[in-house]
Amino acid sequence: MSTSTLSRVWDSDLAWSFRHSKTALISSVLLVVLFGAAIFAPQLATQNPFNIAELELWNSELPPFWVEGGSRDFLLGTDVQARDVYSSILYGLRLSLIVGFASVILAAVIGISLGLLGGFVGGTVDAVIMRFADVLLSFPAILVALLVNGIARGILPPSQHQDAAIYVLILAIGLTNWVQYARTVRGSTMVERGKEYVQAARINGISGPGIMFSHIMPNVMGPVLVIATINLGMAVLTEATLSFLGVGMPATQPSLGTLIRIGNEYLFSGIWWVVIFPSIVLVVLVLSVNLLGDWLRDALNPKLR
Amino acid sequence: MLGFLIRRIIQSVIVMLAVALIAFMMFRFMGDPVNSMVPEHATEQERAEVRERLGLDQPLFVQYGRFIARAATGDFGLSWRNARPVSTLLAERFPATAELVLVAAVLSLVVGIPLGIYTALRPHSFNAQTLQFLSLVGISLPTFVTGILLILVFSVWLGWLPSFGRGEVIDIGWWSTGFLTASGLKALILPSIMLCLFQLTLLMRLVRAEMMEVLRTDYIKFAKARGLSDRAINFRHALRNTLIPVITIFGLQLGGLIAFAIITETVFQWPGMGALFIQAVNFGDVPVMAAYLVLVSFIFVVINTSVDLLYASIDPRLRVDDAGPAGGGH
Repeated sequence: MSTSTLSRVWDSDLAWSFRHSKTALISSVLLVVLFGAAIFAPQLATQNPFNIAELELWNSELPPFWVEGGSRDFLLGTDVQARDVYSSILYGLRLSLIVGFASVILAAVIGISLGLLGGFVGGTVDAVIMRFADVLLSFPAILVALLVNGIARGILPPSQHQDAAIYVLILAIGLTNWVQYARTVRGSTMVERGKEYVQAARINGISGPGIMFSHIMPNVMGPVLVIATINLGMAVLTEATLSFLGVGMPATQPSLGTLIRIGNEYLFSGIWWVVIFPSIVLVVLVLSVNLLGDWLRDALNPKLR
Repeated sequence: MLGFLIRRIIQSVIVMLAVALIAFMMFRFMGDPVNSMVPEHATEQERAEVRERLGLDQPLFVQYGRFIARAATGDFGLSWRNARPVSTLLAERFPATAELVLVAAVLSLVVGIPLGIYTALRPHSFNAQTLQFLSLVGISLPTFVTGILLILVFSVWLGWLPSFGRGEVIDIGWWSTGFLTASGLKALILPSIMLCLFQLTLLMRLVRAEMMEVLRTDYIKFAKARGLSDRAINFRHALRNTLIPVITIFGLQLGGLIAFAIITETVFQWPGMGALFIQAVNFGDVPVMAAYLVLVSFIFVVINTSVDLLYASIDPRLRVDDAGPAGGGH
């Protein structure tokens, strides 16, 4: 990348708006910290919470280090199985983000394909896709995700539930969230379809799928980025909710939602730290993604300039 | 109007048929019902007999038709988990969910709308700004985290309110109510707060935004110029126009309350339909899942359809569906 491209990026409207928005700056700093923590979880963790050999039961139920009885070895305390809360959160954050990103990608792929197809082909195909999308949208996302999850569990033999949990989750959340992409992409595809470059491509004898994916798609991707950002917050939250309800990640591979569920079981023993710290991380993660998404939507909306 | 009505109802029927199709497919393709009904070492002929008795040898659409006929009478067969009729299970659980959702809905209306009006009328006051900030937090908090915090503060630390169950219930016919006992009412407080919080903040923000928009319109300025009292302007003129979109959103959110009740019921071990559904998802108990799906979808469709019809009868601008383009509106 040459200096001129760098300065062009620096001077662009988007970058200007970013530098002048406190919310955007704060939330992206928080996100960088959280993503970094997730990526380098094995290096940052003081213990591998999945390795039973590292757990020593006399260290169980220790409070955070600043509370009386806490230890500096376990910054945020330990749970009943002597797992370090701080390390569990790092690994949990990692799983939450993996599920979040994967399901956003799945939803985007489904939504963009169906949106392009509906917008480009039109007619019955379009009507069927959009009717289906309408119906799906009229049901709360969590219900649809639960249903997909339940069907997957019904089909898989119980012995595979734990290993397949992460894929089932990605599928359930991805299948729930594609509608927004499809609607947006369909709308812009219908506009693009009538333009001259598409006609030129047709005259050149390029096939329908060829036009859809290599000519129209690049021109309808702008809003997809905004949807994907806001969608990531939703996806992480849905994953956490499903795991909290006990139909998501199993206790052997806990995501943030699973950690909160485990902590919730011991709420009455007065061990508040097991439930509070994962909750804080989850809230900060979702809130920063949402704030960044809001900023991005406003910054890319020419009406608001 | 009649055309709109008929079209809307046909649309709802199609949605219900589609939902029933999903439920039917779940029954038909998740596990073989014959396996659970014949002895382990049954011959192929015995299996075929059972298959015939159950009507499984008929074409799929005939089976689908029968499924709908049975579903319409509330017959979803036996739960795979505890071998009791699904309709009985749901009927036992229904009152708990209905009461919880009712209290949460009333709470969000009674608190949300006045707060919205207040923040719209005094947008720069300290209280309004605080409320606005709190509502942002309220919308961002995952509902189960809110529930856990409520339990931690009011049950564990302060010990004021119960954290699980419905308390004492009184049976009136098949309906069990928690409204008539002190412990029943106490048990309702935390779950209904958790369930209503999201809707409440949403309603408050919506009323605020709509009201501020209405207050800027010409007819309000004109009403001021006529020398009407603030009270008359705000409540007789502005509020009425504010509430139209609020009714719609509230109606649609009512369905959301039923879905979110699943989470609330899990946090507070509330013996409602949502808790039953979660157990069914966990065990892959198809009849219960399918029945819950059909029942909840039916409630959704009824609510959505009536809200649309109500909206069309309140706001004449929406009736233009039949003739010409829609004008104005929000």
